[in-house]
Amino acid sequence: MTVGVLALQGAFALHQRILESLGVATTQVRAPRELAGIDAVVIPGGESSTMSMLLERGELWEPLAERLADGMPAFGTCAGAILLGREILDGRDDQRCLAAIDVAVRRNGYGRQVDSFEEPLAVAGLDRAVNGVFIRAPVIEAVGSGVEVLSSLDVGSGSAQPVLCRERTILVSTFHPELSGDARLHEMFLESI
Amino acid sequence: MSEHPHETGTVRVKRGLAEMLKGGVIMDVVDATQARIAEDAGACAVMALERVPSDIRRDGGVARASDPEMIEGIKEAVTIPVMAKARIGHFVEAQMLQALGVDYIDESEVLTPADEAHHIDKWAFTVPFVCGATNLGEALRRISEGACMIRSKGEAGTGNIVEAVRHLRSILGDIRKITQADTAEQFDWAKRLQAPLGLVQEIHATATLPVPMFCAGGIATPADAALVMQLGAQAVFVGSGIFKSEQPALMAKAIVEATTHFADADILVKVSRGLGRSMPGLEMGGLETRLADRGW
Repeated sequence: MTVGVLALQGAFALHQRILESLGVATTQVRAPRELAGIDAVVIPGGESSTMSMLLERGELWEPLAERLADGMPAFGTCAGAILLGREILDGRDDQRCLAAIDVAVRRNGYGRQVDSFEEPLAVAGLDRAVNGVFIRAPVIEAVGSGVEVLSSLDVGSGSAQPVLCRERTILVSTFHPELSGDARLHEMFLESI
Repeated sequence: MSEHPHETGTVRVKRGLAEMLKGGVIMDVVDATQARIAEDAGACAVMALERVPSDIRRDGGVARASDPEMIEGIKEAVTIPVMAKARIGHFVEAQMLQALGVDYIDESEVLTPADEAHHIDKWAFTVPFVCGATNLGEALRRISEGACMIRSKGEAGTGNIVEAVRHLRSILGDIRKITQADTAEQFDWAKRLQAPLGLVQEIHATATLPVPMFCAGGIATPADAALVMQLGAQAVFVGSGIFKSEQPALMAKAIVEATTHFADADILVKVSRGLGRSMPGLEMGGLETRLADRGW
Protein backbone atom coordinates (compact mmCIF):
# COMPACT_ATOMS: atom_id res chain seq x y z
CA MET A 1 0.00 0.00 0.00
CA THR A 2 1.20 3.53 -0.79
CA VAL A 3 -0.12 6.62 0.93
CA GLY A 4 0.05 9.82 -1.09
CA VAL A 5 0.74 13.02 0.82
CA LEU A 6 -0.56 16.14 -0.90
CA ALA A 7 2.61 18.24 -1.17
CA LEU A 8 1.41 21.51 -2.70
CA GLN A 9 2.14 23.50 0.46
CA GLY A 10 2.27 22.96 4.22
CA ALA A 11 3.52 20.34 6.67
CA PHE A 12 3.55 17.42 4.24
CA ALA A 13 7.07 16.24 5.15
CA LEU A 14 6.11 15.70 8.81
CA HIS A 15 3.21 13.45 7.77
CA GLN A 16 5.53 11.47 5.53
CA ARG A 17 7.98 11.01 8.38
CA ILE A 18 5.28 9.64 10.69
CA LEU A 19 3.83 7.32 8.04
CA GLU A 20 7.28 6.03 7.19
CA SER A 21 7.99 5.40 10.89
CA LEU A 22 4.99 3.07 10.73
CA GLY A 23 6.55 1.20 7.81
CA VAL A 24 4.18 2.63 5.20
CA ALA A 25 5.37 3.62 1.73
CA THR A 26 4.58 7.25 0.91
CA THR A 27 4.81 9.49 -2.10
CA GLN A 28 4.38 13.21 -2.57
CA VAL A 29 1.46 14.28 -4.75
CA ARG A 30 1.74 17.53 -6.72
CA ALA A 31 0.53 16.51 -10.18
CA PRO A 32 -2.49 14.53 -11.44
CA ARG A 33 -0.31 11.64 -12.68
CA GLU A 34 0.95 11.13 -9.10
CA LEU A 35 -2.55 10.14 -7.95
CA ALA A 36 -2.44 6.98 -10.02
CA GLY A 37 -0.29 4.86 -7.74
CA ILE A 38 -1.75 5.78 -4.37
CA ASP A 39 -4.23 3.87 -2.20
CA ALA A 40 -4.99 6.64 0.32
CA VAL A 41 -4.22 10.32 0.69
CA VAL A 42 -3.17 12.64 3.50
CA ILE A 43 -3.97 16.33 3.17
CA PRO A 44 -1.66 18.21 5.55
CA GLY A 45 -1.92 21.43 7.49
CA GLY A 46 -0.97 24.61 5.67
CA GLU A 47 -3.03 27.40 4.18
CA SER A 48 -6.28 25.99 2.80
CA SER A 49 -6.75 28.93 0.40
CA THR A 50 -3.26 28.39 -1.06
CA MET A 51 -3.78 24.65 -1.41
CA SER A 52 -7.19 24.97 -3.00
CA MET A 53 -5.83 27.42 -5.58
CA LEU A 54 -2.89 25.17 -6.38
CA LEU A 55 -5.24 22.18 -6.67
CA GLU A 56 -7.24 24.04 -9.29
CA ARG A 57 -4.33 25.55 -11.20
CA GLY A 58 -2.53 22.21 -11.32
CA GLU A 59 -5.69 20.53 -12.65
CA LEU A 60 -5.55 18.25 -9.64
CA TRP A 61 -8.91 19.19 -8.13
CA GLU A 62 -11.18 17.10 -10.36
CA PRO A 63 -9.08 13.91 -10.39
CA LEU A 64 -8.65 14.09 -6.60
CA ALA A 65 -12.37 14.69 -6.08
CA GLU A 66 -13.12 11.71 -8.34
CA ARG A 67 -10.78 9.41 -6.41
CA LEU A 68 -12.41 10.50 -3.16
CA ALA A 69 -15.88 9.96 -4.63
CA ASP A 70 -14.73 6.45 -5.61
CA GLY A 71 -13.96 5.78 -1.95
CA MET A 72 -10.25 6.50 -1.60
CA PRO A 73 -9.50 6.86 2.14
CA ALA A 74 -8.23 10.25 3.30
CA PHE A 75 -6.83 11.86 6.44
CA GLY A 76 -6.92 15.65 6.64
CA THR A 77 -5.38 17.76 9.39
CA CYS A 78 -6.33 21.42 9.93
CA ALA A 79 -6.32 22.87 6.40
CA GLY A 80 -6.80 19.28 5.21
CA ALA A 81 -9.97 19.06 7.30
CA ILE A 82 -11.24 22.28 5.71
CA LEU A 83 -10.59 20.92 2.21
CA LEU A 84 -12.20 17.52 2.91
CA GLY A 85 -15.30 19.00 4.54
CA ARG A 86 -18.70 19.70 3.01
CA GLU A 87 -18.90 23.40 3.80
CA ILE A 88 -16.41 26.21 4.57
CA LEU A 89 -17.43 29.09 6.83
CA ASP A 90 -15.41 32.36 6.88
CA GLY A 91 -13.39 31.24 3.87
CA ARG A 92 -12.62 33.17 0.73
CA ASP A 93 -15.60 33.56 -1.59
CA ASP A 94 -13.95 31.45 -4.28
CA GLN A 95 -12.76 28.74 -1.90
CA ARG A 96 -14.12 25.26 -2.63
CA CYS A 97 -14.11 22.04 -0.66
CA LEU A 98 -14.03 18.39 -1.68
CA ALA A 99 -17.11 17.33 0.33
CA ALA A 100 -15.66 13.94 1.28
CA ILE A 101 -16.95 14.15 4.88
CA ASP A 102 -20.16 15.72 6.14
CA VAL A 103 -18.76 18.46 8.37
CA ALA A 104 -19.00 22.26 8.20
CA VAL A 105 -15.70 23.92 9.12
CA ARG A 106 -15.01 27.53 10.12
CA ARG A 107 -11.55 28.87 9.22
CA ASN A 108 -9.41 30.37 12.01
CA GLY A 109 -12.16 29.62 14.50
CA TYR A 110 -10.03 30.18 17.60
CA GLY A 111 -8.46 33.50 16.59
CA ARG A 112 -4.99 34.47 15.45
CA GLN A 113 -1.58 32.91 16.09
CA VAL A 114 -1.28 34.38 19.61
CA ASP A 115 -4.38 32.31 20.46
CA SER A 116 -2.90 29.07 19.04
CA PHE A 117 -2.59 26.48 21.81
CA GLU A 118 -1.80 22.97 22.99
CA GLU A 119 -4.20 20.92 25.06
CA PRO A 120 -4.42 17.20 25.90
CA LEU A 121 -7.37 15.44 24.27
CA ALA A 122 -9.16 12.22 25.13
CA VAL A 123 -9.71 10.19 21.95
CA ALA A 124 -12.23 7.36 21.59
CA GLY A 125 -10.36 4.07 21.34
CA LEU A 126 -7.05 5.36 22.73
CA ASP A 127 -6.10 4.80 26.37
CA ARG A 128 -3.77 7.78 26.72
CA ALA A 129 -4.53 11.38 25.79
CA VAL A 130 -3.29 12.85 22.50
CA ASN A 131 -1.51 16.21 22.60
CA GLY A 132 -3.78 18.50 20.58
CA VAL A 133 -1.70 21.20 18.86
CA PHE A 134 -4.05 23.83 17.45
CA ILE A 135 -2.43 26.38 15.09
CA ARG A 136 -4.81 29.10 13.84
CA ALA A 137 -7.12 26.13 13.87
CA PRO A 138 -10.52 25.76 12.24
CA VAL A 139 -13.64 24.85 14.22
CA ILE A 140 -16.00 22.07 13.18
CA GLU A 141 -19.36 23.79 13.54
CA ALA A 142 -21.68 21.02 12.36
CA VAL A 143 -21.44 17.29 11.71
CA GLY A 144 -23.78 15.11 9.66
CA SER A 145 -25.59 12.09 11.07
CA GLY A 146 -23.10 9.63 9.56
CA VAL A 147 -20.09 11.25 11.22
CA GLU A 148 -18.49 9.81 14.36
CA VAL A 149 -16.98 12.39 16.70
CA LEU A 150 -13.86 10.71 18.13
CA SER A 151 -12.60 13.63 20.19
CA SER A 152 -13.95 16.96 21.39
CA LEU A 153 -12.46 20.03 22.96
CA ASP A 154 -14.05 21.32 26.14
CA VAL A 155 -14.67 25.02 25.49
CA GLY A 156 -16.22 25.78 28.86
CA SER A 157 -19.77 26.26 30.15
CA GLY A 158 -20.60 22.66 29.37
CA SER A 159 -20.05 22.89 25.62
CA ALA A 160 -17.59 20.97 23.49
CA GLN A 161 -16.42 21.25 19.89
CA PRO A 162 -15.61 18.22 17.71
CA VAL A 163 -11.90 18.13 16.84
CA LEU A 164 -11.48 14.61 15.43
CA CYS A 165 -14.17 13.14 13.19
CA ARG A 166 -14.57 10.10 10.98
CA GLU A 167 -17.04 9.11 8.30
CA ARG A 168 -16.38 5.74 6.63
CA THR A 169 -12.66 5.96 5.73
CA ILE A 170 -12.35 9.75 5.88
CA LEU A 171 -10.66 11.03 9.05
CA VAL A 172 -10.23 14.72 9.86
CA SER A 173 -8.65 16.58 12.78
CA THR A 174 -8.57 20.30 13.39
CA PHE A 175 -5.28 19.88 15.27
CA HIS A 176 -1.85 18.67 14.18
CA PRO A 177 -0.83 15.17 15.30
CA GLU A 178 2.14 15.50 12.93
CA LEU A 179 3.59 18.25 15.15
CA SER A 180 3.62 16.04 18.24
CA GLY A 181 5.40 13.12 16.60
CA ASP A 182 2.57 10.91 17.89
CA ALA A 183 1.77 8.19 15.35
CA ARG A 184 -1.41 6.87 16.95
CA LEU A 185 -3.88 8.83 14.83
CA HIS A 186 -2.07 7.83 11.66
CA GLU A 187 -2.27 4.23 12.90
CA MET A 188 -5.98 4.70 13.52
CA PHE A 189 -6.36 5.99 9.96
CA LEU A 190 -4.39 3.08 8.48
CA GLU A 191 -6.38 0.53 10.49
CA SER A 192 -9.65 1.92 9.15
CA ILE A 193 -8.72 1.27 5.51
CA MET B 1 -3.35 15.99 32.80
CA SER B 2 -2.41 19.27 34.48
CA GLU B 3 -4.96 21.54 36.05
CA HIS B 4 -4.54 24.20 33.34
CA PRO B 5 -3.82 22.21 30.22
CA HIS B 6 -4.63 24.98 27.73
CA GLU B 7 -1.25 26.51 26.83
CA THR B 8 -0.55 29.30 24.32
CA GLY B 9 2.81 30.52 23.04
CA THR B 10 4.63 27.21 23.46
CA VAL B 11 7.67 26.43 21.33
CA ARG B 12 5.67 23.75 19.53
CA VAL B 13 2.84 26.16 18.72
CA LYS B 14 5.27 28.88 17.61
CA ARG B 15 7.45 26.65 15.44
CA GLY B 16 4.29 24.88 14.30
CA LEU B 17 3.01 27.86 12.32
CA ALA B 18 6.34 27.98 10.47
CA GLU B 19 5.86 24.29 9.60
CA MET B 20 2.47 25.19 8.10
CA LEU B 21 4.04 27.85 5.86
CA LYS B 22 6.53 25.44 4.27
CA GLY B 23 6.40 25.15 0.51
CA GLY B 24 4.72 28.53 0.35
CA VAL B 25 5.42 32.14 -0.59
CA ILE B 26 5.29 35.01 1.90
CA MET B 27 4.83 38.30 0.07
CA ASP B 28 5.71 41.86 1.13
CA VAL B 29 2.66 44.13 0.85
CA VAL B 30 2.23 47.82 1.68
CA ASP B 31 -1.56 48.11 1.70
CA ALA B 32 -4.82 46.15 1.68
CA THR B 33 -5.04 46.14 -2.13
CA GLN B 34 -1.65 44.51 -2.48
CA ALA B 35 -2.52 42.08 0.32
CA ARG B 36 -5.59 40.94 -1.63
CA ILE B 37 -3.55 40.51 -4.81
CA ALA B 38 -1.07 38.40 -2.82
CA GLU B 39 -3.79 36.23 -1.30
CA ASP B 40 -5.53 35.85 -4.68
CA ALA B 41 -2.24 34.65 -6.13
CA GLY B 42 -1.91 31.95 -3.46
CA ALA B 43 0.50 33.54 -0.95
CA CYS B 44 0.57 31.50 2.27
CA ALA B 45 1.14 34.70 4.30
CA VAL B 46 1.80 38.40 3.78
CA MET B 47 4.41 40.68 5.35
CA ALA B 48 2.95 44.09 6.11
CA LEU B 49 5.43 46.94 5.76
CA GLU B 50 5.33 50.59 4.76
CA ARG B 51 7.79 50.45 1.90
CA VAL B 52 9.18 47.45 0.07
CA PRO B 53 12.95 47.03 0.53
CA SER B 54 13.91 48.53 -2.85
CA ASP B 55 12.09 51.75 -1.87
CA ILE B 56 13.71 51.77 1.58
CA ARG B 57 17.06 51.41 -0.15
CA ARG B 58 16.26 54.24 -2.58
CA ASP B 59 14.76 56.65 -0.03
CA GLY B 60 17.34 56.17 2.73
CA GLY B 61 16.66 57.54 6.22
CA VAL B 62 15.52 55.52 9.22
CA ALA B 63 13.09 52.68 8.45
CA ARG B 64 10.79 51.75 11.35
CA ALA B 65 7.87 49.42 12.16
CA SER B 66 4.69 50.20 10.25
CA ASP B 67 1.71 52.34 11.27
CA PRO B 68 -0.73 50.20 13.33
CA GLU B 69 -3.61 51.42 11.17
CA MET B 70 -1.95 50.11 8.03
CA ILE B 71 -1.30 46.72 9.67
CA GLU B 72 -4.91 46.53 10.85
CA GLY B 73 -6.13 47.32 7.34
CA ILE B 74 -4.11 44.43 5.96
CA LYS B 75 -5.27 42.07 8.72
CA GLU B 76 -8.86 42.83 7.81
CA ALA B 77 -8.26 42.39 4.09
CA VAL B 78 -7.00 38.78 4.11
CA THR B 79 -7.65 35.39 5.73
CA ILE B 80 -4.01 34.20 5.57
CA PRO B 81 -1.44 34.94 8.32
CA VAL B 82 -0.11 38.49 8.54
CA MET B 83 3.49 39.14 9.54
CA ALA B 84 5.10 42.49 10.31
CA LYS B 85 8.63 43.77 10.86
CA ALA B 86 10.24 45.20 13.97
CA ARG B 87 13.69 46.79 14.06
CA ILE B 88 16.54 44.62 15.35
CA GLY B 89 16.58 45.01 19.15
CA HIS B 90 13.43 47.15 19.23
CA PHE B 91 11.43 45.09 21.70
CA VAL B 92 8.81 47.81 22.14
CA GLU B 93 7.91 47.73 18.45
CA ALA B 94 7.63 43.95 18.91
CA GLN B 95 5.38 44.35 21.96
CA MET B 96 3.13 46.62 19.91
CA LEU B 97 3.00 44.18 16.99
CA GLN B 98 2.04 41.39 19.40
CA ALA B 99 -0.69 43.61 20.85
CA LEU B 100 -1.93 44.23 17.30
CA GLY B 101 -2.33 40.47 16.85
CA VAL B 102 0.09 39.92 13.98
CA ASP B 103 0.80 36.23 13.43
CA TYR B 104 4.60 36.42 13.09
CA ILE B 105 7.16 39.15 13.80
CA ASP B 106 10.18 39.55 11.54
CA GLU B 107 13.06 41.08 13.52
CA SER B 108 14.45 42.47 10.33
CA GLU B 109 17.66 43.96 8.99
CA VAL B 110 15.56 45.68 6.31
CA LEU B 111 14.56 48.21 8.98
CA THR B 112 17.19 50.37 10.66
CA PRO B 113 18.57 48.57 13.74
CA ALA B 114 17.63 49.99 17.15
CA ASP B 115 20.37 48.19 19.10
CA GLU B 116 23.91 47.57 17.87
CA ALA B 117 24.65 44.71 20.28
CA HIS B 118 21.43 42.97 21.27
CA HIS B 119 18.61 41.30 19.46
CA ILE B 120 15.15 41.01 21.03
CA ASP B 121 14.68 38.35 23.74
CA LYS B 122 12.12 36.46 21.73
CA TRP B 123 11.37 33.94 24.48
CA ALA B 124 9.48 36.72 26.27
CA PHE B 125 6.75 36.77 23.59
CA THR B 126 3.68 34.68 22.79
CA VAL B 127 3.88 35.60 19.10
CA PRO B 128 6.61 33.76 17.17
CA PHE B 129 9.58 35.47 15.51
CA VAL B 130 11.48 34.96 12.28
CA CYS B 131 15.02 36.32 11.98
CA GLY B 132 17.47 36.62 9.13
CA ALA B 133 20.87 34.93 8.99
CA THR B 134 23.82 35.01 6.62
CA ASN B 135 25.57 32.01 8.15
CA LEU B 136 24.92 29.14 10.55
CA GLY B 137 26.38 30.90 13.61
CA GLU B 138 24.01 33.81 13.16
CA ALA B 139 21.09 31.41 12.67
CA LEU B 140 21.91 29.52 15.88
CA ARG B 141 22.32 32.71 17.90
CA ARG B 142 18.88 33.83 16.74
CA ILE B 143 17.41 30.42 17.62
CA SER B 144 19.02 30.60 21.07
CA GLU B 145 17.28 33.97 21.51
CA GLY B 146 13.96 32.30 20.69
CA ALA B 147 13.51 32.68 16.90
CA CYS B 148 11.12 30.00 15.61
CA MET B 149 11.96 30.38 11.93
CA ILE B 150 15.15 31.40 10.15
CA ARG B 151 15.30 33.02 6.74
CA SER B 152 18.55 33.37 4.89
CA LYS B 153 18.98 37.13 4.42
CA GLY B 154 20.15 37.52 0.87
CA GLU B 155 20.33 41.21 -0.03
CA ALA B 156 16.83 42.69 0.16
CA GLY B 157 15.62 45.13 -2.47
CA THR B 158 18.20 44.22 -5.10
CA GLY B 159 16.38 41.65 -7.23
CA ASN B 160 19.75 39.88 -7.29
CA ILE B 161 19.73 36.28 -6.07
CA VAL B 162 23.50 35.95 -5.61
CA GLU B 163 23.58 36.77 -1.89
CA ALA B 164 20.63 34.50 -1.09
CA VAL B 165 22.49 31.65 -2.77
CA ARG B 166 25.66 32.46 -0.86
CA HIS B 167 23.85 32.51 2.50
CA LEU B 168 21.84 29.35 1.84
CA ARG B 169 24.93 27.46 0.69
CA SER B 170 26.86 28.64 3.72
CA ILE B 171 24.17 27.63 6.24
CA LEU B 172 23.19 24.32 4.63
CA GLY B 173 26.81 23.44 3.79
CA ASP B 174 27.87 23.88 7.42
CA ILE B 175 24.89 21.77 8.55
CA ARG B 176 26.09 18.99 6.26
CA LYS B 177 29.62 19.27 7.71
CA ILE B 178 28.41 19.22 11.33
CA THR B 179 26.39 16.10 10.58
CA GLN B 180 29.75 14.41 9.85
CA ALA B 181 31.67 15.97 12.74
CA ASP B 182 32.86 13.78 15.64
CA THR B 183 32.21 14.80 19.24
CA ALA B 184 35.50 16.69 19.65
CA GLU B 185 34.91 18.59 16.42
CA GLN B 186 31.45 19.65 17.58
CA PHE B 187 33.04 21.68 20.42
CA ASP B 188 35.20 23.42 17.85
CA TRP B 189 32.17 24.11 15.63
CA ALA B 190 30.37 25.74 18.55
CA LYS B 191 33.41 27.90 19.23
CA ARG B 192 33.90 28.91 15.60
CA LEU B 193 30.21 29.62 15.04
CA GLN B 194 29.93 31.49 18.36
CA ALA B 195 26.82 29.40 18.95
CA PRO B 196 25.52 27.23 21.80
CA LEU B 197 27.05 23.74 21.87
CA GLY B 198 23.66 22.16 22.51
CA LEU B 199 22.31 23.47 19.19
CA VAL B 200 25.42 22.21 17.35
CA GLN B 201 24.88 18.77 18.90
CA GLU B 202 21.21 18.88 17.92
CA ILE B 203 22.18 19.59 14.30
CA HIS B 204 24.64 16.69 14.41
CA ALA B 205 21.87 14.38 15.61
CA THR B 206 19.09 15.56 13.28
CA ALA B 207 21.00 16.84 10.19
CA THR B 208 18.75 19.89 10.11
CA LEU B 209 18.13 23.21 11.85
CA PRO B 210 15.79 22.90 14.84
CA VAL B 211 13.41 25.39 13.17
CA PRO B 212 12.19 25.81 9.58
CA MET B 213 14.64 27.48 7.21
CA PHE B 214 13.19 29.82 4.58
CA CYS B 215 14.90 32.06 2.03
CA ALA B 216 14.60 35.83 1.49
CA GLY B 217 16.36 38.68 -0.26
CA GLY B 218 16.67 39.00 -4.01
CA ILE B 219 14.04 36.62 -5.39
CA ALA B 220 12.69 38.26 -8.56
CA THR B 221 11.54 35.44 -10.86
CA PRO B 222 9.90 32.00 -10.64
CA ALA B 223 13.28 30.53 -11.54
CA ASP B 224 14.88 32.29 -8.54
CA ALA B 225 12.27 30.78 -6.22
CA ALA B 226 12.80 27.30 -7.66
CA LEU B 227 16.58 27.71 -7.41
CA VAL B 228 16.55 28.40 -3.68
CA MET B 229 14.00 25.64 -3.08
CA GLN B 230 16.22 23.16 -4.92
CA LEU B 231 19.18 24.35 -2.84
CA GLY B 232 17.22 23.43 0.30
CA ALA B 233 15.09 26.40 1.37
CA GLN B 234 11.70 25.27 2.72
CA ALA B 235 9.70 28.34 1.62
CA VAL B 236 10.40 31.79 0.19
CA PHE B 237 9.88 35.42 1.12
CA VAL B 238 9.44 37.74 -1.84
CA GLY B 239 9.73 41.45 -1.20
CA SER B 240 10.17 43.94 -4.01
CA GLY B 241 10.17 41.11 -6.59
CA ILE B 242 6.41 41.09 -6.93
CA PHE B 243 5.11 44.63 -6.63
CA LYS B 244 8.10 46.14 -8.47
CA SER B 245 7.54 43.86 -11.45
CA GLU B 246 5.52 44.95 -14.46
CA GLN B 247 2.55 42.65 -13.75
CA PRO B 248 2.46 41.89 -10.01
CA ALA B 249 -0.60 39.60 -10.05
CA LEU B 250 0.88 37.40 -12.77
CA MET B 251 4.34 37.38 -11.21
CA ALA B 252 2.91 36.51 -7.79
CA LYS B 253 0.95 33.53 -9.18
CA ALA B 254 3.92 32.31 -11.15
CA ILE B 255 6.24 32.45 -8.13
CA VAL B 256 3.68 30.55 -6.02
CA GLU B 257 3.48 27.78 -8.62
CA ALA B 258 7.25 27.72 -9.07
CA THR B 259 7.76 27.32 -5.32
CA THR B 260 5.40 24.32 -5.22
CA HIS B 261 6.67 22.69 -8.41
CA PHE B 262 10.30 23.72 -7.87
CA ALA B 263 11.75 20.52 -9.32
CA ASP B 264 9.54 20.34 -12.42
CA ALA B 265 11.25 22.21 -15.27
CA ASP B 266 8.22 21.84 -17.58
CA ILE B 267 5.96 23.63 -15.11
CA LEU B 268 8.64 26.27 -14.49
CA VAL B 269 8.76 26.99 -18.22
CA LYS B 270 4.98 27.15 -18.42
CA VAL B 271 4.55 29.58 -15.51
CA SER B 272 7.45 31.80 -16.61
CA ARG B 273 5.97 32.65 -20.03
CA GLY B 274 4.68 36.16 -20.68
CA LEU B 275 5.19 37.66 -17.24
CA GLY B 276 6.48 41.00 -18.52
CA ARG B 277 9.46 42.74 -16.95
CA SER B 278 10.83 41.56 -13.61
CA MET B 279 11.89 44.18 -11.09
CA PRO B 280 15.05 46.08 -12.10
CA GLY B 281 18.05 44.49 -10.42
CA LEU B 282 21.14 45.91 -8.72
CA GLU B 283 24.75 44.69 -8.77
CA MET B 284 26.24 44.08 -5.31
CA GLY B 285 29.32 46.20 -6.13
CA GLY B 286 27.21 49.34 -6.55
CA LEU B 287 25.40 49.17 -3.20
CA GLU B 288 25.93 51.89 -0.62
CA THR B 289 24.36 49.86 2.19
CA ARG B 290 24.54 46.13 2.70
CA LEU B 291 21.43 45.31 4.72
CA ALA B 292 22.68 41.77 5.37
CA ASP B 293 25.55 43.16 7.47
CA ARG B 294 23.01 44.30 10.07
CA GLY B 295 22.60 41.71 12.85
CA TRP B 296 25.09 40.38 15.40
